[in-house]
Amino acid sequence: MIRASSVASVGLAFVVFVGLWKAVVVVGGYPPFILPPPEDVAIRFVEAWAGGLIAPHAGTTLVEIALGFAVGVGLALAAGYLLARSPLAERLLSPYIVAAQATPILALAPLLALWFGPGLTSKVVICSLIVFFPVAVSTMVGIRSVDARLLELARSLRATRRQVLWTLEVPAALPSILGGMRVGVTLAVVGAIVGEWAGAERGLGVLVNLARGSLFDIPLMFATLITIALVGVVLYTLVVLVERRLVGVR
Amino acid sequence: MTISGVGTPRPTAGMSAPGSSASAAAPAARIGLRDVAVSFPHGPDRIEALDGIDLEIAGGSVVALIGPNGCGKSTVLRVIAGLLAPDRGTVELDDDPVTGPDPRVGLVFQEPRLLPWRSVADNVTYPMELAGWPSARRDRRRRELLHAVGLESAAAARPSQLSGGMRQRASIARALALEPRVLLMDEPFSALDALTRERFNVEMQKLHARTGTTIVLVTHSIAEAIFLGDRVVVLTPRPGRVAADLRIDLLRPRAWEAMDEAVVSTTAKAIRTYLGPADDTLPDDLTPPDRRDHDLWVGE
Repeated sequence: MIRASSVASVGLAFVVFVGLWKAVVVVGGYPPFILPPPEDVAIRFVEAWAGGLIAPHAGTTLVEIALGFAVGVGLALAAGYLLARSPLAERLLSPYIVAAQATPILALAPLLALWFGPGLTSKVVICSLIVFFPVAVSTMVGIRSVDARLLELARSLRATRRQVLWTLEVPAALPSILGGMRVGVTLAVVGAIVGEWAGAERGLGVLVNLARGSLFDIPLMFATLITIALVGVVLYTLVVLVERRLVGVR
Repeated sequence: MTISGVGTPRPTAGMSAPGSSASAAAPAARIGLRDVAVSFPHGPDRIEALDGIDLEIAGGSVVALIGPNGCGKSTVLRVIAGLLAPDRGTVELDDDPVTGPDPRVGLVFQEPRLLPWRSVADNVTYPMELAGWPSARRDRRRRELLHAVGLESAAAARPSQLSGGMRQRASIARALALEPRVLLMDEPFSALDALTRERFNVEMQKLHARTGTTIVLVTHSIAEAIFLGDRVVVLTPRPGRVAADLRIDLLRPRAWEAMDEAVVSTTAKAIRTYLGPADDTLPDDLTPPDRRDHDLWVGE
């Protein structure tokens, strides 16, 4: 799956990116507290990880993301199926679902932090809320995309509701659902950070604020941002791998 | 049209009987339709698709249904399959009234309707899975069926990797999976090229000779109807009624290159007469898909 040429091209792109970064610093003459050069950030990144500064924050954020994603996906699968199969449910529920999605999570986060406290719960709620929409919509679309002729075939073979679900609807909807989960998992990272900003004691979002504020350690802030980005990339890749495994070549 | 095909059965990978155990286990069922009427909602009013169809199909016989577009040929099949309840009239399978889909009935659709994410083998076992067969029995039956339709070497392939003909073979194997007593075929070969189609007709004849199931075949092809049918039933334009019921007195096995030309041409002429002049404007096997009476099949 992963070929040498693709590794090489990704590596090249990374070198170009770092080169450009360095060039901007040098040409623009920015002070380190605005834009630290890449080598400072790299050193701080390694130091902070090795010194155990980032790891506990990253762990907290990962737990929030994992739980929030799991809860959000679980609810979204059930809701998406209901919306696809019940026109009444769609009419009644979709305005609220769309409204919840249209309200910026940034605006909702303080309220949710107020309701659910500064601990894990509020982050899980925020993450699952933000994950819910793309996964629910992709589930609905996926379930609806099941070929009516295949449903008729299943009916002629006297398939039960459950058999139709597991042998037709789930396999047919899977590519669409996993597409929604790709979007959802990156949004879960955003949700966790936003949730932490709205009030938390630990987490990568908290560390970004600390590095900018009381610590005034801009290279650390960049190192944290890179960590957040890496978390997103790794989680996204995981979903893609699961997708390849489940959907394969069709 | 005269029936003088150049199609000869391909020596390899043909359809043969799915094992002697199958034919012994699946006696053919009689089908009886009495005064069957069906209508569909169409905007504010209803379209009458069938109006008073009476049809008695003996167990083990092959009946070809032919008729102009939209005359409700497919609707007749849907009613027999128990997928559609008639507004009026009764449908019987042997002596049981049909009230819903029945395991004694196998269906072959115009398009293969294979599950794209499953291999050919898993598509063929699909009905057995739904019926809850134990895996040993499934495996045995799967091997029989794949052998019967000549798809052993393609067992692991996905439908998208197969030719249209191979896909339709897989779909026929699937229809035979539960050892049905009746095989309902809705223009099963209309998507195939002419030569492949003739070859399939020959193979179907062989398959029928070994399994002995009752076959109802909806077709647009007069040649195909005469080649395969013990009887050809011609339906009127909508609402469909039986316009003619013609016996085909040709010895079996029939071969495209050795059919009694006189019988064939008289029968074809008779069918044409009953079909009426309008149908002559359409070649019988080149009907554009969107004009078929399948509009009533899907998307209710």
